[in-house]
Amino acid sequence: MKIMHCPLNGPRNISEFTYGGQVHTMPDPKTCDDPSWARYVFYEDNDIGIVREWWQHTPSSYWFIAERHNGSDDILRTYDPGELFTDRVDFQTPGGES
Amino acid sequence: MPVALLKYGLGDDFPFEDHADLPGPTALRDHYDVVIIGGGGHGVATAYYLAKYHGITNVAVLEKAYLGGGNTARNTAVIRSNYLTPEGVAFYSASVKLYEQLSNEFDFNIMYSQRGQLTLAHTDATVRAFRQRAEVNKHFGGRTELIDRQAIAELVPCLNLDPAELPVLAGLWHRDGATARHDAVAWGYARGATQRGVELHQLTEVTDIASDSGRVTGVVTNRGTVHCGCVVQAVAGHSAPLAKKAGIDLPLVAYPLQAMVTLPVKPFLNPLVSSSALHCYVQQTSRGEIVIGGGSDPYPLYQSRASLPLKESLIASAVDMFPFLSEMRLLRQWAGITDMTTDYSPIMGLSPLENYYLDAGWGTWGFKATPICGQTMAQLVASGGQVPELIQPFALDRFDRFQQVNEMGATAASH
Repeated sequence: MKIMHCPLNGPRNISEFTYGGQVHTMPDPKTCDDPSWARYVFYEDNDIGIVREWWQHTPSSYWFIAERHNGSDDILRTYDPGELFTDRVDFQTPGGES
Repeated sequence: MPVALLKYGLGDDFPFEDHADLPGPTALRDHYDVVIIGGGGHGVATAYYLAKYHGITNVAVLEKAYLGGGNTARNTAVIRSNYLTPEGVAFYSASVKLYEQLSNEFDFNIMYSQRGQLTLAHTDATVRAFRQRAEVNKHFGGRTELIDRQAIAELVPCLNLDPAELPVLAGLWHRDGATARHDAVAWGYARGATQRGVELHQLTEVTDIASDSGRVTGVVTNRGTVHCGCVVQAVAGHSAPLAKKAGIDLPLVAYPLQAMVTLPVKPFLNPLVSSSALHCYVQQTSRGEIVIGGGSDPYPLYQSRASLPLKESLIASAVDMFPFLSEMRLLRQWAGITDMTTDYSPIMGLSPLENYYLDAGWGTWGFKATPICGQTMAQLVASGGQVPELIQPFALDRFDRFQQVNEMGATAASH
């Protein structure tokens, strides 16, 4: 079994993890137009090389980021998303409070 | 040793060269009216219909490896039209109708065998979805019906109706379901196309695509640059990286899909049997091998390697359905790269470049659509960009309009 190194739980079987898509910057849903939202939702980079991806360790529901080569399947680095996302984002519903 | 064989062994004139199915390699010319990238089923089918029905023969099919060696050779040869959406059913039904008479069309036996396809429902929700699919199918002239456990047992006596903890509740019986020799489909189209003047260039990889003010002007290959009137891309797994060379982004993600086949045994399984919950489908080829296919790999990868975990889960499901399969030996296993769209429907038709046509996003369902893809893409090219009605729902810009054609449920077992 292929092993992935979870930043929280250490080395585990790859079958314990769930792939969560590439790491993209989300456009502001309130201001962006339909095509840019479609781009964010449907499109990935599709370059063959090292990609930055969301992964979840399923049993512990812990989300982290992995840098993986999508041609060779080598996992180069895994780390806590806190490394990339330092600010807390609060979402507001229309007319509601955060 | 027969004397005749010895004679040909020692002489230069090999007698079969004159009757070869395909012409030998030729030099790449400077210009073609139509360049088709990808010498798989879809590519050579497009060339065939262009040459035979539209009189366009100045066509080059460029294939980076060999004819039909990509996903045309790697699929599990399931032909069916029991999809969910009216757009999908109309399209795939047209394909089934073309398949039914394809051997006559080619004068070349593709070993088309209409044995019916049975999909098993293990939950109430699936039964409801099957009922809807059966009605949509009937509406478009397909032969699909919901059958109960007793009818399933009569149809496939060797099937375990209570696999794991998922008893079979009902089945979607699709009489139009069929299988065929996938290599023969590619060879039949390639032979028909090359006989009419189309050039098939194998070992010719497109490395770049040249465009100027919104139009494609030519393609750069490992054998030199070719100018062209228009380009059709039909490359399956590597659709997105190829389209990027033309500056086009496609909403695709590439997943490996694995399958395997056992040693041949006497015929015992007539229909193609598929389980929606076990993500597994099983069929017996005309040679007697049992083909086992299932769901895609759990994460994207541009590599057609096989992995042990998926093989284990696939075999476990197959043995759940047919317990005696545990006694059989695997002959080989393989994987292909599938370019998946989020709605499990293809991307066909126009692209942001005026004369660059797309036949992509064929994910895990490309083989069954080969004839109708060839026919509609040929119409698109011959008319200079008038999109045939049948493929209009599959336009690339449906994602920008959020008008997807959702076939995820009808493709759950990925075939």
